[in-house]
Amino acid sequence: MTHGISNLNAWLAIAAVVLASSTGDVLLARAMKKIGDVGELRKERGLFSVVLLALGSRYFLAGVGCMALAFYSLLFGLSWNDVSLIGPATASLTFVANAVAARIFLHEHVDSRRWAAALLVAGGVVLMAV
Amino acid sequence: MTFPKYLILAGVSIFAPLGDSLLSYGMKQVGNVSLQHIASLLLAIINPWVALGILLLLGFFACYMTALSWADLTYVLPASSLGYVLLALIARFALHEHVTVTRWLGIALVSSGVGFVTQGPERTRHPSEPSARAVVARPSR
Repeated sequence: MTHGISNLNAWLAIAAVVLASSTGDVLLARAMKKIGDVGELRKERGLFSVVLLALGSRYFLAGVGCMALAFYSLLFGLSWNDVSLIGPATASLTFVANAVAARIFLHEHVDSRRWAAALLVAGGVVLMAV
Repeated sequence: MTFPKYLILAGVSIFAPLGDSLLSYGMKQVGNVSLQHIASLLLAIINPWVALGILLLLGFFACYMTALSWADLTYVLPASSLGYVLLALIARFALHEHVTVTRWLGIALVSSGVGFVTQGPERTRHPSEPSARAVVARPSR
């Protein structure tokens, strides 16, 4: 019974991490694309100004909020099950969820090469945890 | 892709798995956190291993944001997943742990995925971007 509750809590945490992390990734990617190449901007305007630009972005702040949610869901999951389950499960599912989300929301060109890469990495991460 | 950009991707690869491992070690010391005592998660950051893990994850975050400013999300994520391979190699050659055939197969799959994605362009050019407009405006032969 305790084992069942532990597993249920762990999988609830995995689902929360994947959802929050994918949403956060998409929001942060959108924010950083709007800001521009950080390396170039840092040379032109300095690091402080780049940090201010990021902190002034609504997408960035919402993305950080989602990442914080993902982080605490991860801590919750890790307190219920091993990192060998939580780590690979969240990482591999997030790879696939991000590929779908990036195509839909960021209009990225996810060609067969990128799909193959996402699936190979997701599969590889699972095998490494077995 | 320039050398500093590869260094940024390496930062994403290294800081994330190391930070996760330290968090895991720290959370094992903190113990199970129930939904009824969810506030105790906030106190978990007092644990030094959790705190060090958070510090490494901040380094990861800075590198990750920089990478996302010049590359697609679907490029950065697979390209920066070599950290998993790195952890397995450290386990085998530095810690002398037994790495199973299945795990080596996993390493091969992750490496192939990284190889696949890094051969392609790092960014999708949308028609609204200046450099893309220049390409579109150039007459094709």
